[in-house]
Amino acid sequence: MSETIYIPEPSTSFPGVGVSTDQGLLQWISSVDHKMIGIMYLLLALLFFLIGGVEALLMRIQLAAPVNHFLSPEAYDQIFTMHGTTMIFLVAMPAVFGFAVYFTPLMIGANEMAFPRLNSFSLWITFFGGLLLYFSFVAGGGPDAGWFNYAPLNEKNYSSSNGIDYYAMGLLLSGIGSVTTSINLIVTVLHYRVKGMKLNQLPLFVWMVFVNSFLLIAAFPSLNAALAMLLLDRQFHAHFFNTTNGGSALLWQHLFWIFGHPEVYIVILPPFGILSEVFPVFSRKPIFGYAFVAASSVAIALLAFGVWAHHMFAVGMGNTADAFFSASSMLIGIPTGVKIFNWLATMYGGKIRFTVSMLFAVAFLIEFTIGGLTGIAFSIVPIDWQLTDTYYVVAHLHYVFIGGTIFGLLAGLFYWFPKMTGKMLDEKLGRWFFWLFIIGFNATFLVQHLLGILGMPRRVFTYPDLPWYGVLNMISTFGAFIMGGSVLLLLYMVFKSIRSGKDAGKDPWDGVTLEWLTTSPPQLKNFDEVPVVQGSRPLWNWKHPDNADQ
Amino acid sequence: MFGSLLYFPQMILLQSVENPASQQAEKINRLFNFFNIAALGMLLLVCFLVVFICIKFKEKKEDKGEPKQITGNKRVEALMIGIPALLLIWFFYQTVTTMNAVAAPLHPTKEPDVIITGHQWWWEVDYPKANVVTANEVHLPVGKPLLLEMRSADVIHDWWVPELGNKMDLVPKMNNYLSLDINKPGKYIGACSEFCGAQHAWMRINVIAENESEFQNWLAQNAKPAIVPTDTLAIKGAEIFQTETCANCHRIQGTASTSNVGPDLTHLGSRTELLTGLMKNNEQNLYQWISHPQEIKPGAHMPDFIFSKDTVQAIVHYLAQLK
Repeated sequence: MSETIYIPEPSTSFPGVGVSTDQGLLQWISSVDHKMIGIMYLLLALLFFLIGGVEALLMRIQLAAPVNHFLSPEAYDQIFTMHGTTMIFLVAMPAVFGFAVYFTPLMIGANEMAFPRLNSFSLWITFFGGLLLYFSFVAGGGPDAGWFNYAPLNEKNYSSSNGIDYYAMGLLLSGIGSVTTSINLIVTVLHYRVKGMKLNQLPLFVWMVFVNSFLLIAAFPSLNAALAMLLLDRQFHAHFFNTTNGGSALLWQHLFWIFGHPEVYIVILPPFGILSEVFPVFSRKPIFGYAFVAASSVAIALLAFGVWAHHMFAVGMGNTADAFFSASSMLIGIPTGVKIFNWLATMYGGKIRFTVSMLFAVAFLIEFTIGGLTGIAFSIVPIDWQLTDTYYVVAHLHYVFIGGTIFGLLAGLFYWFPKMTGKMLDEKLGRWFFWLFIIGFNATFLVQHLLGILGMPRRVFTYPDLPWYGVLNMISTFGAFIMGGSVLLLLYMVFKSIRSGKDAGKDPWDGVTLEWLTTSPPQLKNFDEVPVVQGSRPLWNWKHPDNADQ
Repeated sequence: MFGSLLYFPQMILLQSVENPASQQAEKINRLFNFFNIAALGMLLLVCFLVVFICIKFKEKKEDKGEPKQITGNKRVEALMIGIPALLLIWFFYQTVTTMNAVAAPLHPTKEPDVIITGHQWWWEVDYPKANVVTANEVHLPVGKPLLLEMRSADVIHDWWVPELGNKMDLVPKMNNYLSLDINKPGKYIGACSEFCGAQHAWMRINVIAENESEFQNWLAQNAKPAIVPTDTLAIKGAEIFQTETCANCHRIQGTASTSNVGPDLTHLGSRTELLTGLMKNNEQNLYQWISHPQEIKPGAHMPDFIFSKDTVQAIVHYLAQLK
């Protein structure tokens, strides 16, 4: 036997995962292929989605009835903190990146990301960041001060386990992965577009990913600085946020939300991009108002840095500051909300095919409108003064993150799954999944608006038996279990489809962008050759030479 | 639990932002109702469009060929942006006027009527003008403009009584202010609304709003030092309170104990609830609490003591007398 180290090279872009030969699992791990990394990002998101989902169900069991003793307050606090942290940093972002690194090169006619090894590094550093975060549970206790981890509750004297140190280290590591992926995506889009594809004619998904990457690179330094300062406080007795030694509690909030609010847009812009692909394809029409949709995402990215303090209307900043952030928050609501009408107008006059992907896109229009409108409620400062930090906020943010981000990602999953695996997902079971998910989701969160109005604060491990509290919480718990069941159905569908699904062929949806030009799944080299393209719908133009875009 | 279904719709209003009992809460509620109408209208419009478009433009089998390829319409786009923008401008105007009508000045010139200090996990209530300090049950007069000062002794807490209007954070090393004009007497419940650690859920608020004369009576009663016990068991309890660790954290006015780490107990017997709303104030509950606090309120800063039953009985007997 020779002593050379042998690193297995993948032979196809969607190999099996056997462990008996090194052409199985090992070639996934060692892969630098953007498609395999994209799939691994999605699997990473799925893994943590299941963990975060179990945490959510544990919380809902505890809250099912008043004065319940299923979880101790200490356990509940760690679980709700990890649920939020997991869903934001280890589910929403990796899922967004999964689609971004898989489809950005394909949609611009490139064969790889600009920096394949950096791509692999980004994935694994995110994964290890997540592992480190979860290692806290076996190292004395998880973080327990909420996902936004307010000072001075995050200091050693109030949270003495090492959980928050693991939180800071875990997020710093996974944050490095996010920033490097963003750099990679920007260079890929700028440098590797196929001949003829102008920057102002990018497919909207690619455009959103592109804009989003700048947003992410600008937002993360603030979080990283805050996390480093927090570690200095906790490990070396610095006094940035420790109020008993002259630190500032509000400094943490400012630093966190200067990152945190752009973060909300970081996980919604790429799903907006997915929807801007799905609506046109299944309506057989181009997007209505390409320029507005594209430009408004730039506006969102810029305005996102001027709205952070709307998370802080109740901290006593005074009316002048409050009014400023109220105005900026309403302003950002316009480019965000008006897109709903762009998508509606895209459907108008089309020939709509209700695939499961399109069903999620259509449901998104209503669910995200609910989340968007309650978002406007929080930009109206006096209403925020009543309803912030209550279950009304919990309802709002889940309508945005699930009704927005997750619905967009699910539309993307059903849309692109045939391309990624070469197999169709079962459309009939897909409809079952869709309706179960819709019913479960709305049952869980619609009633929480009411709980907020009735005075129930968020982040409570239990509550007194006040009128309506018990029954509304029971409905919410019931809905959460329906949602949990529907996710199991989705897992079964994915598994079944990969095993024995119908072959997808190159272009099952009659698509209009370049990923549908190549095989499903694409070969390791995406394209042997891409002709010079024209316009944002190159495939449409080739298929309809007599009716091509101008 | 399901019994509450019978009381619809009266019950829905109780303890909620839809049942305003102060001038501040009324102004906010008015704005909230405007918002709800506008938001509901917008939601119905989107729902209508979704359903209408989905039915009208569903692909039909017999229908071949591609639909007309429309890429945009400047006039429709202008309307799509213009109408929401106008609505928001109106709401921004309402926001600013309501804020100015509701919020206390950032740096008020007059002395606060009440100073409320948040602790993990109880409320210290100080009436500086009357020299009264109490805890957890907040008595306030009706029909009088009040200025409340908000402080924190440890982490960030948040004062929120939905029927009385806007919430306000209690931030360590910061003094925040709240204006309050309560309209009608009654008991108003609320809760700490900023996550503040293990027992955040049981940091509830009881506000007892009374007419001026009743409030003055209450104030006068609470300005008195604690009663001096006369029966032997209570005398023993008072002694244990001072010599064992109780006095290190709790204040009882008129005795040597003056600390404010834990709630003031000068008139504990006159309060209706124990532990910021966790249980009714009676001798059995007090006995349970002092016997094993960490079982009843895990994480609370009162440690489990090794007291004999007699000792606990004596302390309870003494504390219950402090009316």
